[in-house]
Amino acid sequence: MKNSRETRKEIPAISTASLPDIVFMILFFFMTVTTIKTNPLLVDNNLPKADQVKNLEKKDRVIEIFVGKPSQELAKTFGNEPKIQLDNRLANVNEVGPYVLAELAKKPDAIRNLVTVSLKVDKDVNVGIVSDIKQELRKINTLKVNYTTYQGNSLEN
Amino acid sequence: MPRRKGAPEVNAGSMADIAFLLLIFFLVTTTIETDAGLDRMLPPIEPPEEDVIIKQKNIFTVNINKNGQLLVEDNLMKLEDLREAAIGFLENNADGTCTFCKGKKNPASSDNPSKAIISLKNDRETKYSTYITVQNELVGAYNDLRNREAQRLYGRDFTKMEAEYLNPETPSSVRDDLKDKVKRVQDMFPQKLSEAETSTN
Repeated sequence: MKNSRETRKEIPAISTASLPDIVFMILFFFMTVTTIKTNPLLVDNNLPKADQVKNLEKKDRVIEIFVGKPSQELAKTFGNEPKIQLDNRLANVNEVGPYVLAELAKKPDAIRNLVTVSLKVDKDVNVGIVSDIKQELRKINTLKVNYTTYQGNSLEN
Repeated sequence: MPRRKGAPEVNAGSMADIAFLLLIFFLVTTTIETDAGLDRMLPPIEPPEEDVIIKQKNIFTVNINKNGQLLVEDNLMKLEDLREAAIGFLENNADGTCTFCKGKKNPASSDNPSKAIISLKNDRETKYSTYITVQNELVGAYNDLRNREAQRLYGRDFTKMEAEYLNPETPSSVRDDLKDKVKRVQDMFPQKLSEAETSTN
């Protein structure tokens, strides 16, 4: 009895010395593959999927317009109809043109006609509001648009 | 007893906690990049100076109604079949001027790829996801044909060549070389996708 107790060794503690290294590795991974949110989303933004996509290469040549239903907290004041988000406010269709022009004016001359408008539209929105936005963009002669999507099989939408 | 122990070891036990804190901070404040999508050119708002007369047989009409149903050339069609139908229309080659097409040469369909136009019309109440799916399938039809020709001519996919050409990190010597190839394949199947104004009923 006594003998057996003497031979039983205690289980050695697991070394956690490499834990910081592992966590740092994950940290660096996230730092490289993600981008900092420029503005908080005020609308639902569940993009549709597509597979014939092209990448938007340079962030400084992109103007983003979000469209979707107002998010839950804002639904009380703004209702459930899809809204357009410009920067960090909700706007109407007729404000799209002035906003895009103001954003264009902030960009250096050389890249002004290379600017693409990225339309980030929730997949449950009706096309009507999107064509209104496109009409506004045509009025101010900003013709390059990108329907931003997730990568995936579009038939699953 | 002489003190010869050297500097005491720094306790690294809390390093993991600090790293976790940073990690959580980055998880919360960042998003994974979603910046890819379908590129489109909108038509300029001024109407063209003279009206171009286009034969009906050179237009491939796609209608989407508010329930997401497709009417292609006056027939109901499933989304899955759209790409195939568009490819068939684009390379139909009724007048026989396109040497690389493998179409059926149906006289009631498009003359040749440079005359073929796809016209997309949708309802205001169409769901955006359906709209994107249709756009994606039509772009896919062009890409499939272009890939096939690029494979035949240069032994690689058009979409890969184009992505490399558009990537700013590609060295300019490679890009100059790709420019002509990309242009040539694009001209074989020029993308003519017209969108009508949406209808309200």
